[in-house]
Amino acid sequence: MAALDQTQVKEGIDQETVDAVREVGGAYKHGWATDIEMEYAPKGLTTDIVRLISQKNEEPQWMLDWRLQAYDRWLTKEEPSWAMVDYPEIDFQDQYYYARPKSMEVKPKSLDEVDPKLLETYKKLGIPLKEQMILAGVEGAENAPAEGRKVAVDAVFDSVSLGTTFKAELAEAGVIFCSISEAIREHPELVKKYLGTVVPVSDNFYATLNSAVFSDGSFVYVPPGVRCPMELSTYFRINAENTGQFERTLIIADKGSYVSYLEGCTAPARDIAQLHAAVVEIIIEEDAEVKYSTVQNWYPGDENGKGGIYNFVTKRADCRGDRAKIMWTQVETGSAVTWKYPSCILRGDDSQGEFYSIAITNNYQQADTGTKMVHLGKNTKSRIVSKGISAGHAQNTYRGLVSMHPKAKNARNYTQCDSLLIGNKCGAHTVPYIEVKNNSARVEHEATTSKVDDDQLFYCRSRGMDEEAAVALVVNGFCKDVLQALPMEFAMEAQQLVAISLEGSVG
Amino acid sequence: MALANLKQTATEARLSELTLPVGGCLAEARRAALSRVQTMGLPGRRDEYWKYTRPDTLTQAIAPTAAVFQHDEAPIFDEFDCLKIVFVDGVFDAEASDDLQLEGVQIDRLSDIESQDIHWSKDLYGVLEARGQDPVPRPLAALNTAFAKDGVVIRVTGKPSKPINLIYNHQSESSDAMLHHVIRIDAGAEVTVLENGPAAARFNKCSEIDIADGGALHMICAQGRDHERRAATHLFARLGEKSVFKCFTLTVNGVLTRNEAVVELLGDDAVVHIAGACVGDGDFHHDDTVFITHVAENCESRQVFKKVLRNGATGVFQGKILVKSTAQKTDGYQISQALMLDDDSQFLAKPELEIYADDVACSHGTTSGAIDEEALFYLQSRGVPRRDATNLLTLAFLAEAVSEIGNQDIVDTIVCRLENWLIRRL
Repeated sequence: MAALDQTQVKEGIDQETVDAVREVGGAYKHGWATDIEMEYAPKGLTTDIVRLISQKNEEPQWMLDWRLQAYDRWLTKEEPSWAMVDYPEIDFQDQYYYARPKSMEVKPKSLDEVDPKLLETYKKLGIPLKEQMILAGVEGAENAPAEGRKVAVDAVFDSVSLGTTFKAELAEAGVIFCSISEAIREHPELVKKYLGTVVPVSDNFYATLNSAVFSDGSFVYVPPGVRCPMELSTYFRINAENTGQFERTLIIADKGSYVSYLEGCTAPARDIAQLHAAVVEIIIEEDAEVKYSTVQNWYPGDENGKGGIYNFVTKRADCRGDRAKIMWTQVETGSAVTWKYPSCILRGDDSQGEFYSIAITNNYQQADTGTKMVHLGKNTKSRIVSKGISAGHAQNTYRGLVSMHPKAKNARNYTQCDSLLIGNKCGAHTVPYIEVKNNSARVEHEATTSKVDDDQLFYCRSRGMDEEAAVALVVNGFCKDVLQALPMEFAMEAQQLVAISLEGSVG
Repeated sequence: MALANLKQTATEARLSELTLPVGGCLAEARRAALSRVQTMGLPGRRDEYWKYTRPDTLTQAIAPTAAVFQHDEAPIFDEFDCLKIVFVDGVFDAEASDDLQLEGVQIDRLSDIESQDIHWSKDLYGVLEARGQDPVPRPLAALNTAFAKDGVVIRVTGKPSKPINLIYNHQSESSDAMLHHVIRIDAGAEVTVLENGPAAARFNKCSEIDIADGGALHMICAQGRDHERRAATHLFARLGEKSVFKCFTLTVNGVLTRNEAVVELLGDDAVVHIAGACVGDGDFHHDDTVFITHVAENCESRQVFKKVLRNGATGVFQGKILVKSTAQKTDGYQISQALMLDDDSQFLAKPELEIYADDVACSHGTTSGAIDEEALFYLQSRGVPRRDATNLLTLAFLAEAVSEIGNQDIVDTIVCRLENWLIRRL
């Protein structure tokens, strides 16, 4: 009898998976647009546009020169084609590179002065722009009992930052948290010292493009010995049509400091694909630690693969000092195309890098994501845990590099990347590069690909669980290693996302 | 643009040193292969597929010379009763070879069938190689199809009483050899093919293997111990239903070796095992590149590679399992491991999975590290000197790959040879 039951589960499984997640999920929830008067730079990319962006941000000459130099380099670079993603050619001249709400023309002195329509946008997204103790990123959290944890938010809307919460309280602790455009004006010495030192201007095609045209983003400086008193977060919203978002984030954790940074992003559902090319640079000095968590939920396109965000992101952390520590955690559920490899340069001795990732692709989404762990210092350690789930017609690729340089004595790496396929029209791929140049370094790489495990399902059912709950449990269990690494607020959102993004994955 | 030009110039330079055999039943296949080479260009340093191995000495017009290794050992498979086919610097040696008659097998020399108008191998020559060019170009194999003048074509119709032993002797310091073999295993037939020897200063070998339903082929290759030799070998195999292909390659020494295996599982329930063990010391670069495509259902593929490296040796592994959407119930496994005996050596790996079917179990693993100090300590505490203990652990590490060979006698022979080499050398 038991065997018969098991067979039935096996045959029904894929449909059940879908049904279960359909129950939990819905369509893309953030696909609405804010109707607001916008001011655009002319379409296309020229030196004039670069100058205009610089001028709009009231930048000093050195910043403009830096941008112009990047623009010249960009003209000589070719778009990379090695990733397992396939999309129509992007016309870089058919994009707006700068869009800002008209009401932001005169910079509001505080969030209270910001256009209520814009504030409403963030309220609708569940992002608190008020300085109150609530959980960020979780709908309905306003009604939940406060945990006593604060989250400071920088809200970026198309090309501009609307404002940053808890600035005063952070300043008291010595932490600088503001938009990058403000940092360029107010803290040029820090920006000059660190900008482009982790991701050089000419690093890659998209990073070079970003260096020329980045419009805003967040800046964080945590002084020596300071444990940032609250979590910092940036919420990116693309609203305008045909507009690319190019944000730049620079985080500096000085000696012995600690900061946890969260990043979220959404965009309206539009038929025409939109470009997003960001650069994130993190500098971690001696004994400092940075946690960087992302829930990437850009519009993924519709079920036929129309529209969506093309997400080309360069993220890199440089553990410069000894015992520096970086932890990347990402939940990638959105975007039509994802091209993203948050990396760790483990330069300081005993420094540590960790990368936890869940990438879920459905319908016609394509994700090529992973990490690079470059071990330069002695006794450096890295850990990679990547979970890819592919459904519908989607393609999901893990691409990673573990490089042990000759001087990285006793370095350690452990990599585990697992893929789960739902349906036979999708693909799951693993492309790891492993380069070991000294014998005291120890590298272990494991990867598996499977479908939702029948035995696990059967076990759950034999304990009285219905099939839908069992499938949800198995899928969440598959992602557990990564979800656990997320700050609590994000973990809740991520769990819901896991279910939502598999919606309609078969049939 | 400049790069493309460079590639074209290098390709033309190489081609200008070669002459295309004309006429006969293979002429058309040769012309098509030449055109493939011209379109693809010979491999260059910037090619992703040659990321970890410099192809220049394999592609340059004139082969670098290689001294002939002097040793007093008997050829590795001498103790087995085989049908011997000997090539010297890439040319068939009729005198040293046995009579090519064996029940259940039809063996012809490639240059003999060249002059015929009709031969069964015409439908395979260059065909499997051409299939194997997609999605990754393998121009050195196409070059071989176009220009190789010697080799054997073997058709196995039954279960011959003894293995076929292809022996590749190296006599000239400046030899530049190309051999092309075609092996067809008919339905239900089975054979063991043993290969050994360094072949030449520079050796380009291409084997096309077609295994019909229920057929089985066991291949064991020992690549010879000449220090300065260079080799690029390709193996293209196509497997029918319930067929079995098991291949093991042992490489000790050699300044540059690139072994590529390209296998397609076209019939349900087919099994392929590709394994390799290598020991590299000093100026040694060894590259195993494997591409297995699962097309049919319920097939099994297994890749096991072990590399022992010291004194600046480099080991490369690029393995791929591609599972098409039709290949449900695939069981794919891949492991590559490096044991680095000192700090100067390198291990570079790219173990890939590309999967389009949902009901499959595929896994791969890669590890790299030094010899286990605890195991060494344990052996020393039992009275084994450190040097012997190191050899013992190295041998144990390699033996895992060697034991992939089904035939225990051959396993014993190889392990025994390895033991001698390790103890003498280490």
